[in-house]
Amino acid sequence: MNIRLIAIVPVITTLWFSATPSFSETAEEKGLAIATEIDKRDTGFGDQTSNMVMELKNKHGDTSIRHLRLKTLEVTGDGDKSMSIFDEPADVKGTAFLTFSHAVIPDEQWLYLPALKRVKRINSKNKSGPFMGSEFAYEDIGSQEIAKYSYKYIRDEQYNGIDCFVMERYPAYEHSGYTRQVAWINKAEYRPEKIVFYDRKNSLLKTLSYSGYKQYLGKYWRPGEMLMENHQNEKTTVLTWNDYQFKTGLTDSDFNRNSLKRAK
Amino acid sequence: MKRISLLIGFALFFLVPGVHALELSGNISLQQRSFFSDPLDARQHNNYTSFAIEPELYQSWDDNKQSLVFKPFHRHDQYDDERTHSDIRELAWLGVFDSWELTVGISKVFWGVTETQHLVDIINQTDQVENIDGEDKLGQPMIRFSTERDWGVLDFFILPGFRERTFSGIEGRPGLPIDGNAASYESSDGEHHIDYAFRWFSTYDEWELGISHFSGTSRDPEIIFNGTTLIPYYDLINQTGLDLQALIGDWTWKLELISRENSTERFTALTGGFEYTLVGISDSDADLGIVIEYLYDDRGQLSSSPFQNDLTTAFRLTLNDVQSSELLLGITTDLDDQTVVTFIEGSRRIGQSFKATLEARTFNNTSPSRPLHSFRRDDMIQAELAWYF
Repeated sequence: MNIRLIAIVPVITTLWFSATPSFSETAEEKGLAIATEIDKRDTGFGDQTSNMVMELKNKHGDTSIRHLRLKTLEVTGDGDKSMSIFDEPADVKGTAFLTFSHAVIPDEQWLYLPALKRVKRINSKNKSGPFMGSEFAYEDIGSQEIAKYSYKYIRDEQYNGIDCFVMERYPAYEHSGYTRQVAWINKAEYRPEKIVFYDRKNSLLKTLSYSGYKQYLGKYWRPGEMLMENHQNEKTTVLTWNDYQFKTGLTDSDFNRNSLKRAK
Repeated sequence: MKRISLLIGFALFFLVPGVHALELSGNISLQQRSFFSDPLDARQHNNYTSFAIEPELYQSWDDNKQSLVFKPFHRHDQYDDERTHSDIRELAWLGVFDSWELTVGISKVFWGVTETQHLVDIINQTDQVENIDGEDKLGQPMIRFSTERDWGVLDFFILPGFRERTFSGIEGRPGLPIDGNAASYESSDGEHHIDYAFRWFSTYDEWELGISHFSGTSRDPEIIFNGTTLIPYYDLINQTGLDLQALIGDWTWKLELISRENSTERFTALTGGFEYTLVGISDSDADLGIVIEYLYDDRGQLSSSPFQNDLTTAFRLTLNDVQSSELLLGITTDLDDQTVVTFIEGSRRIGQSFKATLEARTFNNTSPSRPLHSFRRDDMIQAELAWYF
């Protein structure tokens, strides 16, 4: 359950393209170049662990809290491997997801149910559904490979006083819940500041805002908070991140079914 | 014996080189069961209240490469002396060494892919007084040796110490009293016979395949009449199992197949079918899963299993809401004698720490010669409220 939103596997293009837009570059080429640069700047972290608190709020202000631990292993040439483990609510404590994300073929996903000691392969073709009752869909929190979207640069614009590229991306995935997403990308740091999601009918659905960014290992930017507002049902979900750690020495054997069962 | 295990369980936690804090979790639940009809046996009742507690102590050390878990369980039932029972669900040490892992102690293992019954799943005994659906298991003493490589997961088991299936007592329902304590065995070692098992399991893209073998005392007793009462008889078996799952589009196809031999016969049984999920029904967040499974046993009417030629159709509604609300509705029809079993299971979280579950089951048109006939007056509803900590 990697939360490197818009973190994309490299394709062959040059930094020169994104840094110096040429007259011959189309909006699509520039969009792809931006996406590629985002990915390039997020490559090489090796592995990552973090803790996440998810606060769900409905339009009456009722809240519900989830606590998760996340682990990600960077896989070069393919999507990342990730594991997310629930600590709260208590009735799902120990429930864990293992995901092998892929660029072109569907992700592989397993769910571990601790009460039954059962590992269940999930048919994850449909990823537009909500993740644990939140306003984040499974496809929002999966590893975002470049081939999963096509891109288009729209304009430059300031957002919260930050110079941004505004670009659209269109899911290649036929079961996606979205027609398009509009992203505000920080021009200096190539990280997302805001993403607006449009549903299958191309109506405004959700806005995701990032805040509290910190840089780790002198290179990798990670948000402290992510706010998802659903404009249609007026519900919100806030993800609060803490205790980010990198290069902790995780290997493939920390991301298999045996390790899923003992994740706790 | 149980008391000694409990003491050992607690004591172990104080001997472990404590680095990380001890983690305590678990649940306490209150349950009400009501039967719609008067019982077959006048000593049985129509309403039963019970409560259960299942705490779990967990400690890991050595950079999570070693851990100890202790999970006792106790239920107290208002009338049924056999349903009032304790068990050590888990009391096990787990060690991880490179790509190997070793479990020593009392533990639980699940094998298989199907939803209606679990033919391949043979390591743990069914805790049948908890629920006749076969989902609740007793802790099994084991030494488990496991490795996961590119070619799959390979598990070897040495299983010392047999667990007898639990059966309801004289005042308990559903079913007729079976004297589980008077169990008889084919092996002269009785419950001390040591069993062995292995399973290999692997994934090939959208396909998952498991092959397993078990040699030892059957978990699945024959119910025999010893002249005064019904008792379970446990024979020695060899069982080879295959489980197969394929994700094809929105369909999940499932198959479990076993071949079991004892000293007198060999038989084959299978469960096979699919699950198809309609995602986001009528523009909501809810998913509707359709599960259809066929259950077969080539012993036919002579089978001790009620499911020798049966078809289950079930609908699983998952609301994907904050409360994780789920509802399962199903019907199993015997294609030979038209016995019909219906079942409902629903659950919903309440607040942060409570969960309510509701179950109902009915048995219609049972055949006098078949196992489900003893449940013919036992249509029931069960409500449970659990607090998780």
